[in-house]
Amino acid sequence: MAYTADKPKLAESSDELRARIPGWGVDLDPKDRPSVPQERFDPTLNGAHWEFPERQPEKWPRERSIEHKFLTPVFGTSCPPKGLSGMIRRYSYRRYSEGRAAHWLLLLAADRVDAVESTFASFLTRHPDNPITETGVLSEFTHHGLPSRLGGKRVDRLHHPLDPVLVAAPWVLAAGVAYLALRRVAGRSTQD
Amino acid sequence: MRAMVYRGPYRLRVEEKDRPAIEHPNDAIIKVTRAAICGSDLHLYHGMMPDTRVGMTFGHEFVGVVDEVGPSVRNVQPGDRVMVPFNVYCGSCFFCARGLFSNCHNVNPNATAVGGIYGYSHTCGGYDGGQAEYVRVPFADIGPRQIPEWMDDDDAVLLTDALATGYFGAQLGDIVEGDVVVVFGAGPVGLYAAKSAWLMGAGRVIVIDHLDYRLEKAAAFAHAETYNFGVYDDIVVHLKKITDHLGADVAIDAVGAEADGNLLQHVTAAKLKLQGGSPVALNWAIDSVRKGGNVSVMGAYGPMFSAVKFGDALNKGLTLRMNQCPVKRQWPRLFEHIRNGYLKPSDIVTHRIPLEHIAEAYHIFSAKLDGCIKPLIVPNPA
Repeated sequence: MAYTADKPKLAESSDELRARIPGWGVDLDPKDRPSVPQERFDPTLNGAHWEFPERQPEKWPRERSIEHKFLTPVFGTSCPPKGLSGMIRRYSYRRYSEGRAAHWLLLLAADRVDAVESTFASFLTRHPDNPITETGVLSEFTHHGLPSRLGGKRVDRLHHPLDPVLVAAPWVLAAGVAYLALRRVAGRSTQD
Repeated sequence: MRAMVYRGPYRLRVEEKDRPAIEHPNDAIIKVTRAAICGSDLHLYHGMMPDTRVGMTFGHEFVGVVDEVGPSVRNVQPGDRVMVPFNVYCGSCFFCARGLFSNCHNVNPNATAVGGIYGYSHTCGGYDGGQAEYVRVPFADIGPRQIPEWMDDDDAVLLTDALATGYFGAQLGDIVEGDVVVVFGAGPVGLYAAKSAWLMGAGRVIVIDHLDYRLEKAAAFAHAETYNFGVYDDIVVHLKKITDHLGADVAIDAVGAEADGNLLQHVTAAKLKLQGGSPVALNWAIDSVRKGGNVSVMGAYGPMFSAVKFGDALNKGLTLRMNQCPVKRQWPRLFEHIRNGYLKPSDIVTHRIPLEHIAEAYHIFSAKLDGCIKPLIVPNPA
């Protein structure tokens, strides 16, 4: 079809589609859809029986975006900041707004530090981290790992080899550091 | 209680944790009967979302039974079987009063750009999620509601995010009768968006992915015309060819931050975390929709910048619409559609896995093994 004012003809008419597809067109009217219009002012919509919610107790200095006027009345209390990662997180929240890349990059860095800190800390507990069970990698053998990866035209095959590298890298690095440290200690004892 | 706990990128385990407590008068504690792993949970699992702390419990799709309520709770009581939207929201702020529940200003101290989401990092408020035996639900009078007696838990849990989001995504496309709709991604949200597009009168629904088993599901479940982008040298050119070189009227990005199809974009975003997300699907949506068309973004992206082809969006006069879904707004209509037999949410569930094996569940879902489309988690097997 040349480039004309007409809309290309569809293979099936609305009647044919209605007959073939259950529910075709039941939400046909664009004005009669649950999220239309996007904003619909109705303060009674939600059944809130408060104008402003009561405040949840703040059990430790809760980090917050500097774009907020105050600590929100309700907030999550999972995983208070701790260790070096906690210091980085607090600094990021205190210093940078959400509009600054530094804010997010520092938080991502804190996440990586947290993972290392937590893994080391786990070795002092009765439940040390176990990369085999925690990655769920054994499901490769019980849930058709190889056939799933090799079948069809999956394009993600190209970067699959990166995943074990990303998971193993910190462990290899930690093992290397531990080995060098032990060698140095052993060297010193021999010299003594 | 037993709960899934994040241990670092690609690692998690089940641990004994303290049962959550009432921390606010309008809190409830829910005993979880069914949870799900969402595609967006994989962004957390892969370490892409800033401020994802070791020790956090994920899970923003869950249903259960009310176990305890705070002193000001009126609308639910212990013993009620409830479904909980993934949005944590107060019901009374500027945004909630306008129906923008996912943009609540009173529940997330960590960021103003996003509301509260259960189990979705501190960037979304620092709330533990429902991949556990129990979960704290703030504003129990606002978000949760009793599950209709005729609805089973498997269907109900999919209404807490995936189905509501797919349906919402189709609405943001402003579909009119006879529109050609292309959906990028044949995961749960893409499948529901494709199915919903028909309800809104689409004349043709096309689904794009690279996983054949998911495209087969899109054809069977969503009656869609499907194409594997791995087969084509350039999927955008193919889409132009099959739409008389005009492009689709509406494009829906149901992939988000870990999109494949461009190795550089994928690796810089998903592996090296140098972008908020890999915008391959979004860029394809921009390229393949017609001039003046609508792009609806349902895929989740991180808060950092992403290399989006904004110039083409401008030059084509596109309307880009997006938001986290305000779930509860969708429920009354979706209940009708389910009762009328137009939608059967649990038709896309492929795996039901006990909480104790959740590490395997994440690996299977992440690596797309075993034909996985939607895994459900069963914290309290009967």
